[in-house]
This record gives sequence, C-alpha cells and structure tokens, in this order.
Amino acid sequence: MTRGSLLRQVGALARRSVVRTLRQPAMVVPSILFPLILLSINSSGLESATMLPGFPTDSYLQFALAITFVQGALFSAMSAGTNVASDIENGFMNRLALTPLRRVALMLGQLAGIVALGSIQAVTFLIVGVVFGADFATGLAGALVIVVFSLLISLGFGCIGAFTALRAGNGEAVQGIFPLFFAALFLSSMSLPRDLIEQDWFRTVADWNPVSYMLECIRSLMIDGWDGEALALGFACAGGVTLIALVAAASALRTRMVRT
Amino acid sequence: MSRGSFWTVARAVGWRSAHNFFKNPAIIIPALLFPMFFFTAFAGGLSRVDSVPGFDYDGGYTTFVYGFVLLQASAFGGVFTGFAIARDFESGFSRRMMLAASNRGGIIGGYWIAALARAMFTVAVVTAVALLTGLEISGSPIDIVGLYTLALLLNAAAMLFGTGVAMRMRTMQAGPLIQLPVFLIIFLAPVWVPYDLLTGWVGAAASVNPITLVIESIRGLLTGHPTEVLPAFLVAALLVGLTALWSRGGLHSAERVA
Repeated sequence: MTRGSLLRQVGALARRSVVRTLRQPAMVVPSILFPLILLSINSSGLESATMLPGFPTDSYLQFALAITFVQGALFSAMSAGTNVASDIENGFMNRLALTPLRRVALMLGQLAGIVALGSIQAVTFLIVGVVFGADFATGLAGALVIVVFSLLISLGFGCIGAFTALRAGNGEAVQGIFPLFFAALFLSSMSLPRDLIEQDWFRTVADWNPVSYMLECIRSLMIDGWDGEALALGFACAGGVTLIALVAAASALRTRMVRT
Repeated sequence: MSRGSFWTVARAVGWRSAHNFFKNPAIIIPALLFPMFFFTAFAGGLSRVDSVPGFDYDGGYTTFVYGFVLLQASAFGGVFTGFAIARDFESGFSRRMMLAASNRGGIIGGYWIAALARAMFTVAVVTAVALLTGLEISGSPIDIVGLYTLALLLNAAAMLFGTGVAMRMRTMQAGPLIQLPVFLIIFLAPVWVPYDLLTGWVGAAASVNPITLVIESIRGLLTGHPTEVLPAFLVAALLVGLTALWSRGGLHSAERVA
C-alpha cells in the first residue's frame, strides 16, 4: 500500500464524514445552541459570584465562556459515536471490511467530521464571546490557541464516542455515555475556580478531574495571559485523554473488523 | 361515560407506565441521575456563593439548592412521562390503547398517575441524599405538606404540557419540544442566587416568570418562613388548568387519527 493510496483513502472517508456531519442539522445545531443557551443563562444568573473575594474576573461571561468549548466537545463525542454506530448498524462497516481499506484510514476518515464540527463550534463560540463583551488577555494568538485546543478536546471526546460505538455496535450505548460526560463536566471547576470551591470533597474531585484543567487552560488564555503551567496541564490532560481514547478506539476497530 | 370507566382506564395506563419506569434501568437511571447531578454540582461546587453580599437565606446553600432541585425533579418527572407518551405513539401502542379505552380521558389520568409515581420516587431519593449531605428543613409539618404539594402541582403541569405536545406530534422527535420550554422556564427563575441578586436578562426574565414565585415560596416553606404562598399556589393551579386544556386539545388531535 503506497502513501498516496493511504492519503486517497483517508481523503475519501474524511470527505464523507465531513459532509455527513454537516448535512445533519440535528447534530450541528444543538451542539452549538445548547452550550450558548447555558452560557447565556449562567453568565447572567451567576454574575453576582464575581463579587466573591478572589474571583479572577469581574465578568462571569468571561469566566463561563470556557465551558462552551468543553460542552461542544462533549456533543462531538455523541456525534462521532452516533455516526460510527450508524455505519455498523446499516452494514457500511461490513462492506468496507471486504475492501483493501486500511484501518488507520477508516479511523482518521471517521474523525474528520468531528474536527470539522469542532472548528465550527470553536469559531462560533469565540465570535459570540467577543460580540457579548469577552476579552482575550492573550489577543488573537491566544484565540488561535483556544481553537487548536478545542479541536484537540473534540478529537479526544470524539474518540471516546467512536470507541463506545465500536465496542457496543449500537447507537443506544453511545447515548448512554452522555450522563457520564455530563457528570465529568459538572464535577469540575465549571462554576467556580477550584480555590473558591468550599466543599473539600468536591474540590478533591475537581482536582482529579481532567476537565478542570481543560477549562482552566482556556480561561488562562482569556483572563490571565500566557500561563505556562495552565497551558501545560490543559494540553497534557487533553492530549492524554485523546491518546488513550484513540488507542482504545483503534483497538476496538481492529476487534470489530475481525468480527466482521 | 361513567366515572368508573375513567378510573379503570387510568389505573391500567398508570400501572403499565409506572411498571415500565421502575422495571427499566435505561429509564430510571437518567431520571435519578440528572437531579442528583444538579444537586451535587450546585450544592457542592457553588456553596461559596452564599458568601456573596446580599445573599440572605437562613437555611444555607444546600437547602437553597434543594428547593430548585425539588422543583426540577418534579417537573422532569412530568417531562419524561411526555417522552413515554411519544414513544407509545411511535410504537403504535397508543393507537391500540385509544381504540380499546372506554374513556380516553382516563389515558391522560393514567399518565398523570405514572408521572406522580416517577416524581415521588425521584424526590424521595434526592431528599434522602440531601438530608445526608446537609439539608435543613425547619418548616412546620404544614409548611412541608405545602412545599411538596407545590412541587407535585408543577409535576402535573409539566406532564400535562408534555402530553399535549406528544399527542399532537406522536413521534419521539417531540422530545426537544417537550423538554426545552420546561428547562427554560425553570432555569429562568432564581436558580443559584436569590431573586434580588439576579442581574441582566435572566433577572428581567425571572421578574415575569411565574416559576419565580413558586421556587421562592418553596424555599420559604423549607426554612419555616413562608413567603408568597397563596400567589404561588394560585400560579401553580393556573398552570395546571392551562396545561390541562392544552393536553385535552392534544387528546382530541390524537383521537382524530386513531
């Protein structure tokens, strides 16, 4: 198999994945609309929390904008998982197994739709944030880093969705993991900075929760400026989750193809 | 049509729906998880908010959040029943039920019984967890009866609203149309901070949102300092009345195609 042939395979499957994702408004619209609705409610309803001593900014919108990127990535997981599950259920995966297609091409192609969706989400959230008064302490360069980081977490959560679909082989199992994602987001430093969380057990959970560091990475770029530690922790957590999920999804794909 | 046949149909439909709920982990777990998430995330993660200047609530933040979660769990017991109705239509079961029922009003009555059972179960679990983690109820027995009655009236209103939508659309795609309005009306009330601390458009929305009165009244009853109880009951009763008319319209719409 030549490199050109591999690229052609990835290209063909990526095109299919992107077109399929973007042609489903039911998948794209909620993944942008719901995070924005929650942002709008949170930023107004919890504005008074900025009066707490030690709160890092005087705008809750600025603080809460980071949540939209992570929430959008969680929706990506559902989207990736649903697409893969649908390919399994309608026999598309079986037909692919009869072709000389390489597994790596299949995996990369399937994830291209998630990257496309993640890009649209990230740019939309940034524009909405700017329109409603959010500042970026790190300027345009920081905004670009946020987009890249957002794609990384979309890819990571997307791989978890794909792994679940490949293991279970149906869409219901993918829907079933949504509460787990929901818990991971809610049991993090989503609503307050970790040092302002009063309950010890909750702070401990947030300390161990990688989602906290993903949120803090984005917040640091918007509120504090270039903070090497927050960036390193954020990228390490997002990269770690992505790597583990990618390996798990690749392994599940191998098993699925063997079964086929 | 006799009153007896209404209750016969209602009992049968209620038993079936409640049985489906309690026997199916895929339905019961999300129904329990979501209020638990909200309670845990808000009471645990946001408890420092009670130090904000102007936050004057006697019961502490856990009790404050419990007032919201009680309302949310009750209302979503009704919303999830709306989903069940939509599922019954999609599977064709409702069509057979409409043909068999001697009193079709009893079908709505049965779904109401199921919504009530769901809400009571969820509220009981959430309350037990809340009591273990710092909920303080200092209201009198009458206050307690009042606050749970308010919650159950909201459950009935949400269920009747969901019934109206599900019976008109008769597909699971009605889910977002059932869930989103209830979600919005609840979250556009004073959820995390008292009404006086709300700012911006949520503050403006809360000032005209009828649920604001209900949630503030529930929080007052929890601490034994009832506020706006009569207006809250009038609002809840009005919501039940309006949504009952809406669900009756939905039933007529479903009857036309049955």
